[in-house]
Amino acid sequence: MSSNSEITRNGLWSNNVALVQLLGLCPLLAVTSTVVNGIGLGIATLITLVLSNTIVSLIRGFVRKEVRLPVFVLIIASVVTIIELAMKALFYDLYLVLGIFIPLIVTNCAIIGRAEGFASRNPVGPSALDGLMMGTGFLVVLALLGGLREIIGFGTLFANAELMFGDGAQSLTVVLNQDYPGFLLAVLPPGAFFGLAILIVAKNWLDLRPAEKPEPAPPLPEGA
Amino acid sequence: MSSVIVSSPYVAPGNTLKRLMIQVIIALVPGTLAYAWFFGPGVIVNIVLAIMFALTFEAGILKLRGKPVMPHLTDFSAVVAAWLFALCLPMHAPWWLVLTGIGFAMVAGKHLYGGLGFNPFNPAMVGYVVLLVSFPLEMTTWYLPGSVSGETLSLAESLAYSFGSADIGQWDALSSATPLDHVKTGVGQDIPISEISQSPLFGDYAGEGWEWIAFWWFVGGVYMLATKTIRWHIPASLLVAVMTLSLIFYLVDPEVYASPLFHLLSGAAVIGAFFIATDPVSAATTDLGRIYYGLMIGSLIYVIRTWGGYPDGIAFAVLLANMCVPLIDYYTQPRVYGEE
Repeated sequence: MSSNSEITRNGLWSNNVALVQLLGLCPLLAVTSTVVNGIGLGIATLITLVLSNTIVSLIRGFVRKEVRLPVFVLIIASVVTIIELAMKALFYDLYLVLGIFIPLIVTNCAIIGRAEGFASRNPVGPSALDGLMMGTGFLVVLALLGGLREIIGFGTLFANAELMFGDGAQSLTVVLNQDYPGFLLAVLPPGAFFGLAILIVAKNWLDLRPAEKPEPAPPLPEGA
Repeated sequence: MSSVIVSSPYVAPGNTLKRLMIQVIIALVPGTLAYAWFFGPGVIVNIVLAIMFALTFEAGILKLRGKPVMPHLTDFSAVVAAWLFALCLPMHAPWWLVLTGIGFAMVAGKHLYGGLGFNPFNPAMVGYVVLLVSFPLEMTTWYLPGSVSGETLSLAESLAYSFGSADIGQWDALSSATPLDHVKTGVGQDIPISEISQSPLFGDYAGEGWEWIAFWWFVGGVYMLATKTIRWHIPASLLVAVMTLSLIFYLVDPEVYASPLFHLLSGAAVIGAFFIATDPVSAATTDLGRIYYGLMIGSLIYVIRTWGGYPDGIAFAVLLANMCVPLIDYYTQPRVYGEE
């Protein structure tokens, strides 16, 4: 049984949904044109993951193996519907921006992957934690990618923050350079692929770095 | 163990990459001079800037990759790519536009795939397309030829423009659509072509100035054919495709579809056929494949020009055809001698 720290490490880093498993790329690539969009979808996915993992884990004793996948999908769909309706009520403008990608969380392979791969064989506590950590890992990547694309594409950061945090958040928007002409490619779909590739490179580079540390050289044999 | 085989006075092959690239550069000179003659020295500024940036990027990334720097810099392949890239830009472009485009061409288009010889796409066209989709305003600000507007920007003015110390709006009166763009907009507004071509933008056959530049590209292309720098298959099939398609539609309705001569001599058809589509790395490699490849690019150019969203389509056509090259090569393998 995995320990809590191992689950945390897996979700956030070594088995990150977006950077290592490369799951859920469709929403990841489609909505991350700004930080706020990224965070919006990230939070929705995070909540879905925690709830679906918890419920799947709770019922894992009652569901027969043959019908488990349809049952998981039903559970995930119900959770997503709840989130979609809640978002419609609470953050209507953000809901309009994210549009079809909120209901599409149902088809995010990361979620059914965690339900099948982890929650259906572990108790409630670790399952909920796994959902939380996997969701957080996904959220961080969405926010980073959104930030990268927003800075390069528009020269701003946290644009449209009022969609999520209310009108008071308008001052959150940082304009890095008033005269920046904008680099549309970063906002267009190719920018998402380039951006994700850069993040994956950065992660792999960080992972490989310690291995490059030279071993302490063995003392030279006498007379060499 | 050694197996040194020595016999007969062998002659060293004359065709090194460097030699090939120098031939291409020689062939580019007359067209480039004609371009500068009609549109002012801005194009030279672009070429020099692009070459400098290209060599800097090339040196930087070669160093990062732990490859020898000097042999690659002096093989002139980066110079040719930068030169072709600069010729695609509008005559007057701010320096950062050149920097971004050639940076993408060298780093993403060439070295991320493994460097010279491994890139599936034509690097110059990758850089150009990145700019075209990212900076539509800057990339479509073209200028009138001097014979129409009466003046072109001097070298000093071009430099001032490139480095942003001049107000761009100052020369608004000189900016204009290219002939291809003009035809596309006009046809979109149901103006017959006979009326569109009354515009002073048009010369005897196609765009004023452009037709002569195309002629000099053609001369450069013939020089490359004569020196066996390129082979005839791609340019010939490309131009035949453009001519045939435009002739068919011209015969259907000459007031909506421009003449074959106009399509041939406007925009980048000739330079594309001889210089861009023939990039030895990203083009098809079998003789039959080269013909398919040229036909495909030529047809795509006509389709994009006539029904697409952009006035000219060389870059997109070349990139789309680049994607098909592995398939084309696979199906056009020549029969091995002796095989049934």
